[in-house]
Amino acid sequence: MNSKISFRDVVKTFPLKDATFTALGGVSLDIADQEFVTVVGPSGCGKSTLMSMAAGLQEPDSGSVLVDGTPVSGPGPDRGVIFQQYALFPWLTVRQNVEFGLKLASVPAEERRRRTEQAIGLVGLSDFADALPKTLSGGMKQRCAIARAYAVDPQVLLMDEPFGALDALTRVQLQDQLLQTWSQDKRTVLFITHDVDEAVYLASRVVVMAARPGRVHRVVDVELPYPRTEEIRLSPEFRRIRNEVWTSVYHQEAPAQAA
Amino acid sequence: MAVITPPEKTAAGQRQQQPRRSRRRPLVLNAVALAAGVALWAVVAALGLVENLPTPTAVAQKAGTMIADGTLVSDTFASLRRVLLGYALGVVVAVPVGFLMGWYPTVRALVEPYIQFFRTIPPLAMIPLAVVLLGIGEVPKIAVIFLASFMACVVSSFQGVIDVDKTLINAARVLGASDRIIFAKVVIPASTPFILVGMRIGLGASWATVVAAELIGAQEGLGYRMQKASTWFEMDTIFVSLITIGVLGLVMDRLLLLAERRLTGWQERR
Ligand SMILES: Nc1ncnc2c1ncn2[C@@H]1O[C@H](COP(=O)(O)OP(=O)(O)O)[C@@H](O)[C@H]1O
Ligand SMILES: [Mg+2]
Repeated sequence: MNSKISFRDVVKTFPLKDATFTALGGVSLDIADQEFVTVVGPSGCGKSTLMSMAAGLQEPDSGSVLVDGTPVSGPGPDRGVIFQQYALFPWLTVRQNVEFGLKLASVPAEERRRRTEQAIGLVGLSDFADALPKTLSGGMKQRCAIARAYAVDPQVLLMDEPFGALDALTRVQLQDQLLQTWSQDKRTVLFITHDVDEAVYLASRVVVMAARPGRVHRVVDVELPYPRTEEIRLSPEFRRIRNEVWTSVYHQEAPAQAA
Repeated sequence: MAVITPPEKTAAGQRQQQPRRSRRRPLVLNAVALAAGVALWAVVAALGLVENLPTPTAVAQKAGTMIADGTLVSDTFASLRRVLLGYALGVVVAVPVGFLMGWYPTVRALVEPYIQFFRTIPPLAMIPLAVVLLGIGEVPKIAVIFLASFMACVVSSFQGVIDVDKTLINAARVLGASDRIIFAKVVIPASTPFILVGMRIGLGASWATVVAAELIGAQEGLGYRMQKASTWFEMDTIFVSLITIGVLGLVMDRLLLLAERRLTGWQERR
């Protein structure tokens, strides 16, 4: 019972017009407490579906999803979720967005203010606390979404291609910031990406998924020390692991496919 | 000025000036276009190119008399009262109905057939029925205006709820929001832009309807005045009433636009 999140034989299907589509065909995966796991795989292999079941936004058809050994029965503030599309409330300022979850949790005003400012400061948005999302760049929006998740202080962070829409430089900055925060707070992170470099740079374990049906194809251990640095990113060992993951993502045996 | 300003400052200064200039220019053009229109009207009327067309001066004089003897004011109040009552009732009923339709599929299934059916009937076509059912007092007039504004608003507030970004709902849900909170804190603000668009369409529809509604045995009102004037070929009276309706409609529309800017300024421009 020492895994923080565990997927046991998770099956998820979606009804189509005249058939059912198997998005996940029996996925089992265990993520230890304080572990940083990334998931890569071709588009449509069920990464988002897997994550939203951990978030409690969808339920498996069969199998189970456990957090702390308890079946997930809906969303909860113990699990923070960060979406690729930022999902900021556009009518609220940065501060109000970050406060949103704290207000729902009825955190007393003073503590709420303190935690809000702290989370905003952590992602470097203090100068923009009163700005509306429409005035922010993509990177700043995602920083705000991350602050909104941090503010509630969840034990688990579920991130679905959070940096996928950002330019390369911003992405690297946010990766480093994420790792730095993680090294202090040691949350459990399940991080989905389609970027192999990102997957290897962040994780201690990379889960490679395959499509049709969605399943775990391989799990690659990343035996690189933390803190991860520029040096590590350029090291031959990094390149070796990266190539290994790349190969298992892009040279998967073709499934029995139609299109 | 002989002072050398740092480049950022000049840039900032220019940036401040430019929007002001570009904001003023359309206004100037608007005024020029209006003046040109009135001038053209004056020329056409003076040359007698269109039979019975009164000159702008004649219309202005008529307006003066109608203000002096109180008819313009009482007509305006009569029409305005009908529009505001019918319109406000329509909005107040339409927004919750639209919300309920968007939020509860059952309500949608129950209400939608009626909405779709009545949407195809122009509110004006309801007038004969309104007269038979409700008589010729204020009630049928307000009822028809109510219907016009309700139809415009209900569809847009329903659409507003349907179109709320599912990711926003999920974002609220994972932060611990209940359905009730999601409705109040996400669905309502997110659909405000739609509702305001519906309110503006509804306002236009209400004004369009009031004139016809005043054909039902009214004793005063801008539409009634025009109707009466047309039987006596009082073209100047018709013009005064028409222009009054136009101005009132425009002012109310601008007020709503102002509200829209204030309430939905958070929207990203695409
Ligand atoms: N609500 C849904 N209805 C039907 N099909 C869906 C639904 N959600 C996801 N799918 C399908 O399931 C598959 C996996 O989706 P997803 O988890 O989003 O993949 P990924 O995130 O790996 O790109 C896709 O082929 C997608 O079309
Ligand atoms: Mg996805």
